[in-house]
Amino acid sequence: MVDSSAAVAVRLEDVQKTYRTGEVDVHAVRGVSLEIARGEFVALMGSSGSGKSTLMNILGCLDRPTSGRYFLDGDDVSGLSRDELADVRNRKLGFVFQNFNLLTRTSALENVELPLLYGTVRLSNAQLRDKAERVLEAVGLQGRGDHHPSQLSGGQQQRVAVARALINDPEVLLADEPTGNLDSRTSVEVMGIFQDLNAKGITIIMVTHEPDIASYARRNVVMRDGRIVSDRAVTRRFHATEELEKLNELPPDVVEPTVQP
Amino acid sequence: MRIASTFKIALRALRRNKLRSALTALGIIIGVGAVIAMVSIGNGAKAQVEAQIAGLGENVILIFSGSTTSSGIRTGWGGAGTLKIEDAEAIRREIPAVTLVSEEVVSNAQVAAGNQNWFTRIYGESADYFDLRQWALADGAPFTSQDVRSANKVCVIGRTTATQIFGSEDVVGQVLRVKNVPFQITGVLTPKGLSSQGTDQDDIVIMPYTSAMKRVLGGGTTLRNINAQVAGRHDLAPAQQQIIELLRQRHNIRAGRDDDFTVRTQEEIAATATATTETMTALLAGVAVISLVVGGIGIMNIMLVSVTERTREIGTRMAVGAHGRDILTQFLIEAISLSAVGGIIGIITGIIAAKTIAAMKNWPSLISPASIIVAFLVSTAVGVFFGFYPARKAAQLDPIDALRYE
Repeated sequence: MVDSSAAVAVRLEDVQKTYRTGEVDVHAVRGVSLEIARGEFVALMGSSGSGKSTLMNILGCLDRPTSGRYFLDGDDVSGLSRDELADVRNRKLGFVFQNFNLLTRTSALENVELPLLYGTVRLSNAQLRDKAERVLEAVGLQGRGDHHPSQLSGGQQQRVAVARALINDPEVLLADEPTGNLDSRTSVEVMGIFQDLNAKGITIIMVTHEPDIASYARRNVVMRDGRIVSDRAVTRRFHATEELEKLNELPPDVVEPTVQP
Repeated sequence: MRIASTFKIALRALRRNKLRSALTALGIIIGVGAVIAMVSIGNGAKAQVEAQIAGLGENVILIFSGSTTSSGIRTGWGGAGTLKIEDAEAIRREIPAVTLVSEEVVSNAQVAAGNQNWFTRIYGESADYFDLRQWALADGAPFTSQDVRSANKVCVIGRTTATQIFGSEDVVGQVLRVKNVPFQITGVLTPKGLSSQGTDQDDIVIMPYTSAMKRVLGGGTTLRNINAQVAGRHDLAPAQQQIIELLRQRHNIRAGRDDDFTVRTQEEIAATATATTETMTALLAGVAVISLVVGGIGIMNIMLVSVTERTREIGTRMAVGAHGRDILTQFLIEAISLSAVGGIIGIITGIIAAKTIAAMKNWPSLISPASIIVAFLVSTAVGVFFGFYPARKAAQLDPIDALRYE
């Protein structure tokens, strides 16, 4: 089943997810239809229990919808097996997590190489290293390849995670609360990286509950009780470079989290 | 590709936890080391027992006075003095297959020379004894049939007795007093070392049995046992039967009554001794296998801890595209690497332990290549067996739960 529109990265058709816990059915996602075009930067918002995490798991091919269909890059992936989903994740998706999920006591380079080890393409050690070094450079970590996560700041660790997500040239970059464990300045820096990547044409879907972080995206989708209640383009978009400049002008003790007027 | 990179991943994981990996492998090191050491010591002991039995001489038949199957009173071998010198002569005379015969009496006595004295075993034998036991002399000459007939005061002594009494002196021609009777030493035996019971076989004085009976035992006409040798291996069983018949006839034992003597061929003695050492080897190997299993459980335990501890890592790997099979292989390779490396170190340790113990106990140690290969394969199999359950547990984790695991 091939989708006719090649410009569509992600399309959900009436996706539902029901968990059965004992006698009670929990409807985490109750019929979501959503289309995300190539090159979009979408923030998926909602309070806890809104179903955004479940939807993110389905978008990330970590979970399968109970009903409905999910097209990723034109292919229906809603009925794939565990191993087939793993291959889709490897080839088409990149993940950035709130707690970075880097392997400890493992160098940044080796962390970044990780998806390549599970890929179908055979690469020599030199090629692996070369590729990993290039993506590390793309996130501004050139020369830090030999550092272990414990030797890196939170922002640098998240950049390593972004590099790992990028190494297989994914169709979609999925970020689950990417700034949840970072201070405001580092959050802005990571958003800056996301905006740069998006400007280069990479599709990004980001889950966040912080409205100001969502304002770095181009489009905000809000969920409540398993349904989409709002889907709109961001009108007053934040640009990380400007916000960083503002932070630099202010003395450190009056730095406020940027709030939309 | 996948197997090669999975290997790389597994070895990286082991290197990250060097101390833990080493301690886990230690269980297998000890297990495999124990197997190698125990089996080689067991084999060494067996070889030594076999050598000692061969040292009895070839195609030997031993006739003991007394019977172990005697109804009523059981006297044990050599217990009751039922064997006479005449019995030995009859065997020599009437059974053609028998080529050599030695009448034997045994006693313990204080021996002395100059101002030195020593408590040792005195064996009375015939002149054939040295040929029969294939026991060569290191120095001097054995006593002769003439010495036996005349009950001359001559003897041959073992190396230990010689050293204890005379130190490093040349002993041939010296006089040894046995129970204050002076005996002239005609020769020194080649050393044989310890017996399987741990007694020093060189702590001995051998003299004509006639002299022993007359001058050391103080009279008496009964023998402890008779040693006989037949020409060939095939003569053993018929000769044994003929000796039994001859002695029953001479001792006037009616049909249906038990023998008052015991006849054993060397093969029978060898079979009993070999069975004993084989039981010992099996027992040692059993203990060693138990320690190998304990080592395996150690691996399983650590792998289970490792899977729990690295749940997030497993989730991350699955998120970036690892199949369940990749995770399974990774953890299996980790377990197998631990057990195989432990196995190799264990083999080396075991060989060193076997050599050390053998050197200390003055035993031969026989390290068989088969036991090394088996130990290595078993240790690898232990890794597969005990690594499988934790690895499968890891492979079956749900990536979503694994990623959120705290």
